[in-house]
Amino acid sequence: MNCRSEVLEVTVESRQVEEAMLALLHTILLHRSTGKFHYKKEGTYSIGTVGTLDFDCDYIDFTFARVSSEELDRVIRKAVSEFKDALSNSGSDGMGQISLEFYQKKKSRWPFSDECIPWEVWSIKVNVVNLANEQERQICREKVGEKLGEKVINVVEVINRHEYLPKMPTQSEVDNVFDTSLKDVQPYLYKITYQITDSLGTSVSTTMRRLIKDTLAL
Amino acid sequence: MDRDLSPQDKKDLDKFIKFFALKTVQVIVQARLGEKICTRSSSSPTGSDWFNLAIKDIPEVTHEAKKALAGQLPGIGRSMCVEISLKTSEGDSMELETWCLEMNEKCDKDIKVSYTVYNRLSVLLKSLLAITRVTPAYKLSRKQGHDYVILYRIYFGEVQLSGLGEGFQTVRVGVVSTPVGTVTLSCAYRTNLAFMSNRQFERSAPIMGIIVDHFVDPPCSGQRPATMGHPCNYRAPDEEDGFAGVQDSQEVCTTSFSTSPPSQLYASRLSYQPAALAGADLCHPAANPNQVLHAGKEGGVLLVPAYPPHGADAHLTVEHAPNTPGSRYISPDITSTRQLYVMKPSVTSVSSLFPAVMATVLEALNAFTRKVGAFVNRPVTQITAASLDLPFAAFAPRGLGSEENDPMVQPPDSPPCPSPLQASLHSQGSEGSGPQDDFVMIDFRPAFSKDDLLPMDLGTFYREFQNPPQLASLSLHISSQSMADDLDSLPEKLAVYEKNIDEFDAFVDMLQ
Repeated sequence: MNCRSEVLEVTVESRQVEEAMLALLHTILLHRSTGKFHYKKEGTYSIGTVGTLDFDCDYIDFTFARVSSEELDRVIRKAVSEFKDALSNSGSDGMGQISLEFYQKKKSRWPFSDECIPWEVWSIKVNVVNLANEQERQICREKVGEKLGEKVINVVEVINRHEYLPKMPTQSEVDNVFDTSLKDVQPYLYKITYQITDSLGTSVSTTMRRLIKDTLAL
Repeated sequence: MDRDLSPQDKKDLDKFIKFFALKTVQVIVQARLGEKICTRSSSSPTGSDWFNLAIKDIPEVTHEAKKALAGQLPGIGRSMCVEISLKTSEGDSMELETWCLEMNEKCDKDIKVSYTVYNRLSVLLKSLLAITRVTPAYKLSRKQGHDYVILYRIYFGEVQLSGLGEGFQTVRVGVVSTPVGTVTLSCAYRTNLAFMSNRQFERSAPIMGIIVDHFVDPPCSGQRPATMGHPCNYRAPDEEDGFAGVQDSQEVCTTSFSTSPPSQLYASRLSYQPAALAGADLCHPAANPNQVLHAGKEGGVLLVPAYPPHGADAHLTVEHAPNTPGSRYISPDITSTRQLYVMKPSVTSVSSLFPAVMATVLEALNAFTRKVGAFVNRPVTQITAASLDLPFAAFAPRGLGSEENDPMVQPPDSPPCPSPLQASLHSQGSEGSGPQDDFVMIDFRPAFSKDDLLPMDLGTFYREFQNPPQLASLSLHISSQSMADDLDSLPEKLAVYEKNIDEFDAFVDMLQ
């Protein structure tokens, strides 16, 4: 099975990095989350309800809808702020990439650990620019807002091709497909990683793999 | 192998499509209400949340949708369309976008109805949630209230896109294949926002929609949206005869904001204008960076902050205007004044992706506010400052009388265009400027936005002027010195005054 890979690229000002990443990651996760599964005795299951929440960005003229789950939001924010810190610490060049990978776990026999097979990877390339004055910042606010709008349309277009999605699992298999750790929603198993390109532009001299989801730790 | 749909599957599919259509309408209309939507996730299924999404049902909207569908389902050749339009308080209206739910013949017989189709419809609804925040009408709808409202209209049958003007764009939200056809959801939105004149639009086909501007308290996450518990936000139709020229068939649900009928709006703007003029002249207009008047320097677009976002506040800000001419317009904190900028954004920076979308609508708003004599615009009825019996009427900016010389009314012919945006604005303006001379491009410059008047950043300015030196007159030893001098010269002065006592008496008599 091939892993679907999509790349999105944005150019933002440094204070817009966080919100731009949140906008795109949350949009993707909105489509890749379902309600909590409740398995019943006969092998059927019912699905909980996913609520949505509009979020107005402060530094970008943009509003996006995200899943109404504080836990999920906290996890994503933590990952994004680590990415942002890494970007700002890397030097003035400001190029990096954050990846959201959806994967499935495949149980292997002992002594081999479980395999993680990605089925969809979203890579968001970020280019940070510095602006000189307030007028440019104002223009940037609106331009980035429109660019994000275009990216959302791209994301929606890809998702609506309805290509491979993992099969709906049985109760015993649900943790191999979904992240069941959250109380109110159930996204597909995912992990967020990021890489900072160094100022020479060479492909990733320092790769920092931060595993945000502890379900991977085995 | 061609399997026919089982009756149960057919029934389920019809139900799914019907509820999908109803939920689609709810999502679209709710996204144009002008406020942020917030619904709660629930881990235990309630059974009433279709497609496992918490989308609440506004009863009027469901009613309208069912009325439009009239028991039918979207099918081949029968599309369900939701038209979103903008209607100003003066009666002008303009279609902004049309959302279409269509069905075509391409079938996928092998797909599982109760499972795959249902889940894909759910994903499509999520995509709709995302896309409704992205089209230009979303930003317009968030700013509706005082000067315009957003209306919707649901119809069934052939898609009509002619009202969207030239060059409209389409975005496809998604498709879902079913055994009876492929469901497609798309949106066509207007990009050309040159405003149509009142004359053209009077008594044209009525938009039988409902004015949707339910303003509620900002809901916090985790709570049910406020509108659920506040049916009083929906005002009965007969209470509201808000905008003159509205056809009677329109049901109007308004909130406390857009309550004033045009006559009141007129009065409130009139009463705003004098104080603004008076306040404006406390400092010389041209030198004051706060001043909104920049006589036709470039073909920029201005939007006049002559009216506060809420009609109710009009008088409040009027009182404060003379004392604090700057406070309305400037704030170093951009985030908190985003709302202020809303009505008068720094339009010079509107991007060309939605060419002149915001700018021309605002230009349009500017245009019709001219009729009621807003800040920089000429009132149609030639109201002059003096005739309004204002305080400081004599100090009101001159040139209100002569329209020919007024650079506001007749902008210079080919203004330099520092940005490509302004070039496009100008060209847009020239298209529509035939019948309407009311369009005036005025450059709005909030403080610190440009470098020419005061060539420094706000931060630099603040740092530089943070510790001013003490005033000379407050310094003690200088004042004591001058006091001594005064005392010495006092007898001489008194002698002079006594000599000219007759002159002084005559002067006093003259005053009485």
